[in-house]
Formats: sequence, C-alpha cells, structure tokens
Amino acid sequence: MESSASPSPSLSLSLSLSLCSARFCIPSMNRFIAKSLAANLGVRRVQSRCLCGAAGAGAPGSIRQPDHGQEQQCSGTSVAQYDVAIVGGGMVGMALACSLASMPLTKNLNIAIIDSNPALVNGIRINKEDPPDPRVSTITPATISMFRDIGAWQYLQQYRHAYFDKMQVWDYTGLGYTRYHARDVDKDSLGCVVENKVLQSSLLLCVQNADIQKKIFPSRLVSMSLNPGSRSKRMDGISSEISRGDLTKLQLSDGTCLFAKLVVGADGSKSQVRELAGFKTTGWNYSQNAVICTVEHASENQCAWQRFLPAGPIALLPIGDNFSNIVWTMNPKEALDRKSMTEADFVKTVNHALDHGFGPPPTSSLLENGNIFSWFRAGVATSGNGGFEIPPKVLKVASERMVFPLSLRHAKDYVSKHVALIGDAAHTVHPLAGQGVNLGFGDAFALSRVIGEAIAVGMDIGEVSLLKKYEAERKPANIAMMAILDGFQKAYSVDFGPLNILRAAGFHAANYISPLRRSIISYASGEQRLPLFT
Amino acid sequence: MASKLLNRVPAVSARLKCQRTLSPTLAAFTPSRLLSDVAPRPLPLPATAAGAGDSPPASASPSPQSSGSSGKFDHNAKSSSSSVRSSLKDPELAKFSAIADTWWDSEGPFKPLHRMNPTRLAFIRSTLCRHFGKDPSSARPFEGLKIVDVGCGGGILSEPLARMGASVTGVDAVDKNIKIAHIHAALDPVTSTIEYCCTTAEKLVEEQRKFDAVISLEVIEHVADPAEFCKSLSALTIPEGAIVISTINRSMRAYATAIVAAEYLLRWLPKGTHQWSSFLTPEELVLILQRSSICVKEMAGFVYNPLTGRWFLSDDVGVNFIAFGTKSSQ
Repeated sequence: MESSASPSPSLSLSLSLSLCSARFCIPSMNRFIAKSLAANLGVRRVQSRCLCGAAGAGAPGSIRQPDHGQEQQCSGTSVAQYDVAIVGGGMVGMALACSLASMPLTKNLNIAIIDSNPALVNGIRINKEDPPDPRVSTITPATISMFRDIGAWQYLQQYRHAYFDKMQVWDYTGLGYTRYHARDVDKDSLGCVVENKVLQSSLLLCVQNADIQKKIFPSRLVSMSLNPGSRSKRMDGISSEISRGDLTKLQLSDGTCLFAKLVVGADGSKSQVRELAGFKTTGWNYSQNAVICTVEHASENQCAWQRFLPAGPIALLPIGDNFSNIVWTMNPKEALDRKSMTEADFVKTVNHALDHGFGPPPTSSLLENGNIFSWFRAGVATSGNGGFEIPPKVLKVASERMVFPLSLRHAKDYVSKHVALIGDAAHTVHPLAGQGVNLGFGDAFALSRVIGEAIAVGMDIGEVSLLKKYEAERKPANIAMMAILDGFQKAYSVDFGPLNILRAAGFHAANYISPLRRSIISYASGEQRLPLFT
Repeated sequence: MASKLLNRVPAVSARLKCQRTLSPTLAAFTPSRLLSDVAPRPLPLPATAAGAGDSPPASASPSPQSSGSSGKFDHNAKSSSSSVRSSLKDPELAKFSAIADTWWDSEGPFKPLHRMNPTRLAFIRSTLCRHFGKDPSSARPFEGLKIVDVGCGGGILSEPLARMGASVTGVDAVDKNIKIAHIHAALDPVTSTIEYCCTTAEKLVEEQRKFDAVISLEVIEHVADPAEFCKSLSALTIPEGAIVISTINRSMRAYATAIVAAEYLLRWLPKGTHQWSSFLTPEELVLILQRSSICVKEMAGFVYNPLTGRWFLSDDVGVNFIAFGTKSSQ
C-alpha cells in the first residue's frame, strides 16, 4: 500500500521518536519487585498516614513527625549513625551503593541499606538452566558503561544477557516502519536485555565485595524524623542523641533506629520515603495493563521488535538462547483474558499481533515506487538497513504470564533537607521505550557524583543546596523523557485517519533522514540528555 | 601624603616586575592605608570595637560602615602609633550582631557566602594539596595540617576544612560569631574539634602561634591597615607555609556588581557593607604580600552565573578573586 501523504514536519519529528525496542523496564516491574521486597507496603502506607496526622499537607521538605503516642521506642541503647541510608535495596538503590563504593572520595562513607527482602542478606540464587524470568530490563549503552565504571558489569557477564543491534518499529496501519541499527551511530549494540534478578544479583555481589562500610537492615522503614532542638543556643549537658540535630532519625519495623546524614529513597513507585518526607506527586494512571512473559523461538532472535496496535504496543525483545521477552500493553479486560487463556491460544494471538493482526504489515516496496521519499533515498545511504522484516514466530510460552497496571507519576521535588529520591520513587514512566530503569540508574550515578563533589569540598552531604544540584541535573532530563514517552503513548492510542498518516510520515522520516535517526538512537541510548539538541 | 604615594608607586612596581603597572589614575586612588608607612592619623570616628564583653586593641577603621555581611573582621593594632582605643561600640557591629543568628541559614543574608563556599573550597583544596603534596582524591586530604581561619565568622569555611581532615583554629573579633560557630560545630563530631577563639591575628602572633596554612577570606577589605594585617598573617605561618586570601578587586566592574548590584539592586548584602576605596587590586595585594615575604603563586577569580545561581573559578579577577601564596623560608 502506498502512502500518498505529505509529510508534516512539525509533528513528524516528535512522532518519529519511536523508541521501540520494547521490553524496557516496566515501571510496574519495579513496583512488583518493590512489593516482593517490602511486603505489605500498601498496608504500611496506610498506617504511616495515620501516624503522620494533619501535617501532611505541608510543603515538600517538611518531614512528618509521627504522633508521639505511637512512636516506637528504639531497641538497643546506642543508636548507630550512618552517612547515607538507602531505603530500598532494589536495582537502583544497590547501583547507588555500588557507585559510592567505587569512587575514592566516597568509599569511606558509612552506608545503611534498608530493605526487608531476605535475598539481600542471603544472596540471590540464579540457576543458569532456568528459562528467563519474564521480568527483564533493557539497559542502554550509557548505563552499561556506567556499570563498567563501578565494576558491576563483570558480575553480570557470567549470567544470561543479550545484546541487540537492530530495532524495528511499526504500527498496525502498515503505512510505515523504521529500522534502527547500531551501525548508524557507529556502535556495536543498541542495548542489552537483562533479567532483573541478574541485575540485582550482580549489583549485590559488587557491593558485598567492595570494601565500603555497609550494613543491611532487613526490615521496613516505619517513620523518619529530623531531630529537633539543634539550633538553639543551649550548650548545657545535652545528650548526644538530641544534639545531633543535623541528622535524620529512621525507625524500622523491627524496632531498630538509626541516624543518617542523608536518606535516599530508592524504594520504588510506592515510595515510603517519598510519603514520609511529604513530597507531592503528579501523575495519572494509564488505562492500560501490561502482560509480560517469556517465549521461545526456533532460532535466536537478535532484533528488538515493537508494533503499535490500536490498544497498545506489543514488544518482542531478545533475551538470549532462542528466548524472547514479550511486553504487551492493552486495556485491562483484554489483559485478563490474555492472561487466563491457554498457552496455545496465547501463542496464536501473539503471532497474530506481531504479523497480520489488526492491519497489514508495511511492504518494503513502499519506497521504490515514486514515493516522495525516493529522492531522499537516492542521496542518503541507508547503509543496507534492509527492508521490513516479519518478526520470528513464537513457538511456545516459557514462563507464566504476568499482568501489571501502568501509570505515570512524577514527584514535584526530588530533594529536601537530608532526603533525596532516585529511581521509580521519583518518576514512573510507560514501558514503551524501555527507559524506566535507565532513568533510575542515571539518577543513582548522578547522585553519587554529587555526593563525591560535596565530600571533595568538605560539605555536609545532607545539605539542600548540594542536593539541589542533583535535582537540577536530573529533573529536566527525566521530565523531557517522560513527556516524550507520554506523547507517544497518547499519539499511538488514537485511531484517526490523518493522525495515522502523520505517524506513518514520522516512521518514514525517522527511517530515511539519517541525522534524525542518529539523534533518536543517541537519545534512546542515553548518550545525550535532551533530544534533538546536540 | 599624596605626593609621597605617587613617588613611591613607580619604584615599587618596578621592583615587583609585574606585567601591569599601576596606572597613574589608579595610583591616585590608592588609599593612604595601603602604601604608606606612616600611620594614618586617627579618625575622629570611634574605632570599631569587638562585640560585647571584649575589647581587643582597636584600630582606626577606614570608614564607620565596616560591618560586612560576611562579618569577618580583624582589627590590627598599630604597633607603634597609639590609635584611638575606644570602647564605644560601632553601630555597624551591633547591626551585624543582630543578624549573627542567621549565619547558618543558607537562604538568609549570608546566602551569597554559602553559594560561594564550595568554589572557594575547591581552590583551597587544589592549591593546598599541590603545595603540601597531599592526595587530591582522598576524602580527607588535609590530615595532619594545622590551619587557621582568620575572620571565621560563623565557621562557614572552618567546618568544611575540618571535614577535610585539618586541625582548624577559627578566630574572629566578634564574640557572637564565635558562639554561633561553637554551637554549630558541636553538632557534628568531626567539626567539634575546631578550636574557636574570639581574638585577632595580632594577638595570635603575640602568642607565637604557628600554622601550616593561614586562610583569611573576605576579611582584608574590612581591615584598617592591610599591610599590617598581611604582616600578621605572615607571622602566623611557618616557613614554606601557605596563605590564602580572598577579597574584592577595586575595579569599575566591582563597583557595579559588588556594591551597586549586590547592595542596592539585588539586596544581597546590607547597604554599606563594602567600601569601594578599601578594595584591593590584585597587584596591590601581591605587593603587600611581597613585603611580608609571601610570594603569590596562584590567583583565580570567582564569577557568578546568574542562570544557575552558582559561582565558578575562572581567570577573570575583575570582581572577586582569591590568591594563594607561600611564605619564603628564612
């Protein structure tokens, strides 16, 4: 089918940022993990709301004081003091710990990691013969290089991980498609797909083997308070506990207390730290759920595929050893259906969705026949990207199917005195471009760098002006990415003739205008902070 | 006296062998307090006295308004001449004492200083590490160094220095500042080792104290006799020790930014904090340090980026600048 649409430059640029390659970290993945790590978090949240009382409506930065009547007494006589308390030992929290351990300026810090997941203490056992877990993340080359810097990549390499160097994005209308190749930006790969448990295990091993002082607290955070009584000029005999006015006191569910100069909230999208510190958030729930599972092919899949369907995109990501990961976004009712149908039926619907379902696939000959873009092609070396390809057939399902609701959430502030948020606690995005966990890792590395700079000039690491530096670095980048992803989610959820043609024009533009494609790939790979402006 | 100055300037600058010579117009503006060996006649205005309950040797101040938002004072006694020793309290000091509580409020009247602090510390860290051969990538590079912060105010500079491992002594002529500094430093065990004294550089010299590094930031523009002050600083330094001084340049740009913009337009500092005539140009500072047997090795300027609200180091010494020098070994 030929497209006779005239390209619309204004929208096509924004639309053509189709960072497919699906299977990126579903934010709900993190939430799922957060659930398993800190069970009954929801229950805790309700409890802490009661504890916090009416002070909740305060400006961000006011740490809520728990009602004294319900304040737990700390067990133990001496209360330990730490420099950094990382609440949440998931991927992003451990990445922060690892990063602090790897820099000479920060490796003398005392770190506390608070997470009730027993795996943190016992270690995560990974059986190499098992089929891949459906919870996977795609990490960008920028994240990979950061992992190498902190020394965690060596642990990861022993386990299954799959690089991919090709990406194909198209939609159900069959009017256009885009193929990205790592060659376009002179790289070897566009990203690497890794199971979440592998990421977590390698970060945990990295931290355990690092010689930084750390202690893992296997329990949940209950309350947090800034010690009062510091600024007055009393110099009489004050007990050392009260006079440490510049520290935050954390109370855990098993009764232990600890002091920390800086509390980092890395506890996922239902962040307790964010709640206790009073950060306001904006966001909305997408009326979509994501179904994820692992599937098997006849041969190895080396390309990442994403097809936008009327209800939401389906993505097929290589995970290695003939396996691929499916992330399929759709409305909640269909999600439930797809989850409960038999495996054979599910395989059929998946193949249908990837191939001829909902609309025809685009044909390569689209461009040969006097299309408006043919003169582009003449001058532009598409470097043998190849024409459109049908994704490999799925043979069977190799894991259970999981369903997660999707939402967008963003904290208005990331920092306040002695508190900083990183990862999903600060922002939750749609998984359609696999950027969620990469944004989180970006946060973790930026925060550790800022902490290093503070120590270099002897500053107190809990000071707001310092933490604001971290916020000023990450917030614009995160917001830009969120806006783009949300824009895509909205643009692709409408089936409207002219809009379809605009989207097709976007696909064409991205496919054939090389500088644009390079820019898109660079942005999606984390190499540049803001799209289109390098 | 003016003619004496003009005669001296070419001779001095020739001796100094610096690139830029003081232009005649600038020389005409050179305040008498800088190059003259003759003690200035005591001003009729009351000399600045220290805060409540303390009466260190007071000296004639160049102007009655010598309180600073930085509040870092040092008063040098004229060793030979009998300056006016008045026990009258300077009204400016009282004004400063009133805002002393806000020292550690990083959004309060001392905000510019808090903002500038990391930049100054970066300079100090790099120059001192290089000079003393310390490892710059260590978290506590100043371990084993004795540093004195002359005019420490509330301890904004002293505390980071202590966190970097140094044994810090902070002195300030205003008693209230020392009290505030004590209280704040007691909050952190690392900084509670700082020794704070309400005294002057002169008194420390009399006590024969010696330090590896003497740091005096944003003080010299408030001092009556900068030459004497530098001599005192030099006397506090061990041979081959380090001295770091920062101040504001006496340039047109500095007038426009540090006085007009900062005090009147943006209201960052109280009006009358700085007196343009008491600013020093980099050449003059080098000159008077030379006379105190200190050789200036490095100099940098601070530039403010209004978009990010941050200061950064640069070669532009047009407004704020900082100088690092070493004392020659006798």
